[in-house]
Amino acid sequence: MSNKTAYDKVRLARANNRPTGKDYIDAMFDGFFELHGDRRYGDDPAIVAGLAKLMDMPVTVIAIEKGRSARERAFRNFGAPNPEGYRKALRLMRQAEKFKRPVVCFVDTSGAYCGIGAEERGQGQAIAENLMTMMTLKTPVISVLVGEGGSGGALALAVADRVWILENAVYSVISPEGCASILWKDASRAAEAAASLKLTSEDILSFGVADKIIPEKELGKGDFYLGLKTMLYEELSGLKVLPLESLLEARFARFRRLGTEGLLET
Amino acid sequence: MPIRFIRKPQNELEKGGRQSAPPVSADENEPSTACPNCRKQIPLSQIWGNFHCCTSCGHHFRMNARQRINFIADSDSFIETDSGLVSRDFMSFPGYRQKLDTTIKSGGENEAVICGEASIGGVRCGLFVMEPYFMMGSMGTAVGERITRLFEYMTAKRLPVVGYTVSGGARMQEGILSLMQMAKTSAAVARHSAAGLFYLVVLTDPTTGGVTASFAMEGDIILAEPGAVIGFAGARVIEQTTRKKLPQGFQTAEFCLDHGFVDAIVPRSSQKQAVASLLRFHTGGAVTNEHEQ
Ligand SMILES: [Zn+2]
Repeated sequence: MSNKTAYDKVRLARANNRPTGKDYIDAMFDGFFELHGDRRYGDDPAIVAGLAKLMDMPVTVIAIEKGRSARERAFRNFGAPNPEGYRKALRLMRQAEKFKRPVVCFVDTSGAYCGIGAEERGQGQAIAENLMTMMTLKTPVISVLVGEGGSGGALALAVADRVWILENAVYSVISPEGCASILWKDASRAAEAAASLKLTSEDILSFGVADKIIPEKELGKGDFYLGLKTMLYEELSGLKVLPLESLLEARFARFRRLGTEGLLET
Repeated sequence: MPIRFIRKPQNELEKGGRQSAPPVSADENEPSTACPNCRKQIPLSQIWGNFHCCTSCGHHFRMNARQRINFIADSDSFIETDSGLVSRDFMSFPGYRQKLDTTIKSGGENEAVICGEASIGGVRCGLFVMEPYFMMGSMGTAVGERITRLFEYMTAKRLPVVGYTVSGGARMQEGILSLMQMAKTSAAVARHSAAGLFYLVVLTDPTTGGVTASFAMEGDIILAEPGAVIGFAGARVIEQTTRKKLPQGFQTAEFCLDHGFVDAIVPRSSQKQAVASLLRFHTGGAVTNEHEQ
């Protein structure tokens, strides 16, 4: 346990010097070949996806990319995907299913983009379709929350057999600022809201929403990536040999039980 | 099946008469309300007698979940399920316990969705109806669990599901587990669907956020009520994010129809017929326009 407050962790999760989606791809995967477009409307630069090898294992890798320089951040829409980003991810997940490749997702977004075009092109429908399809995708999926896990826009890439979260990443139903402005009409009380929302990696693990916390020792350095790469490889190797039916049943059960413990039945 | 955007006035009287003054009801003391669309004063009894629609312009007033059930289900056919399943304030979220208590006391419902089994036009089906007067139909763990169970019961019974959505989105007072209800309900819809069963959803005003991004958009057929606000992000958030003026009619049912995200807009005057016909179509019968009792 750390002595950082929830809002300290929100700041860390958002920090500009944190590795971004592409850093994970470059550091841990070999021969990445980027694939573009949703075959419906366009290509969303906020999501980078393609084929790569994880050691000797061919995988499909999908990462939300926030960008680092001001120019790249603008190009990546600050990591806020449009519907075509989710549809590109879905297309490549179905392709992975066809060729029996596991899927690895890196999630880091303040949320799905709130724009006019995003609504015109069905942001809600795009996310909903990902949730439904990922739940029954016939290949192993691991999602790693590496920074901000912003609501439905993050969940749309995090319906998986394993969900891992970095030590200082957060996962929340609403941003602390949004929560504070709805609840107290005062966005400056975000720190209070962050604590109430229980969005830190320890909280997320305790709710069973994540299965594992990835320590951030040496974050962004060789040993950190090597450790995560080894974990991904071992976990995927285990998932790959499971009978498909047990894989899907376990994925369903994993999400089916979420939220049932907090209920009262009278 | 007749599908119209709004109910057109049949004659001058329905338009509110020729006089410019608001129509005066027979009983001066009869309670009335101003229509938010045409601004005319309409006696409540007239609205209630017209499927909770304005008798002047057809505006669809908000209905609570019990009124909806009475409207859509055949009389005395509804059997409620999981009515005692409620959310606990398991995160000790500031103000949530009090909010739940006052909401339950003021409205009579104990959660933001009512689920059960019903007949619609003689066809047995699962029915869920969200409750706008319970925290604006927000989806917490109890809402997610009730809807998930309904899909599971209907999958076991091999019956279709009809759903009415109205929601401000996920319930932030239940944190990340509210968000997970989107995945959980989607899983239940997926299994019901994989069993070859029919899911019809009717989007009503407003359907937004996490409900739009899950079971509201997962129906085999998606209907919407005229004028309903339907979208993912809130209009104000979009305005703040983009610093742009939103186009006329943005995020309405009509906008969703234009952009291909709903199958049809069905006013309440023909809605029961439409729902019953579509249910029958999926039980092997033909679509008809027969009037429903
Ligand atoms: Zn009116």
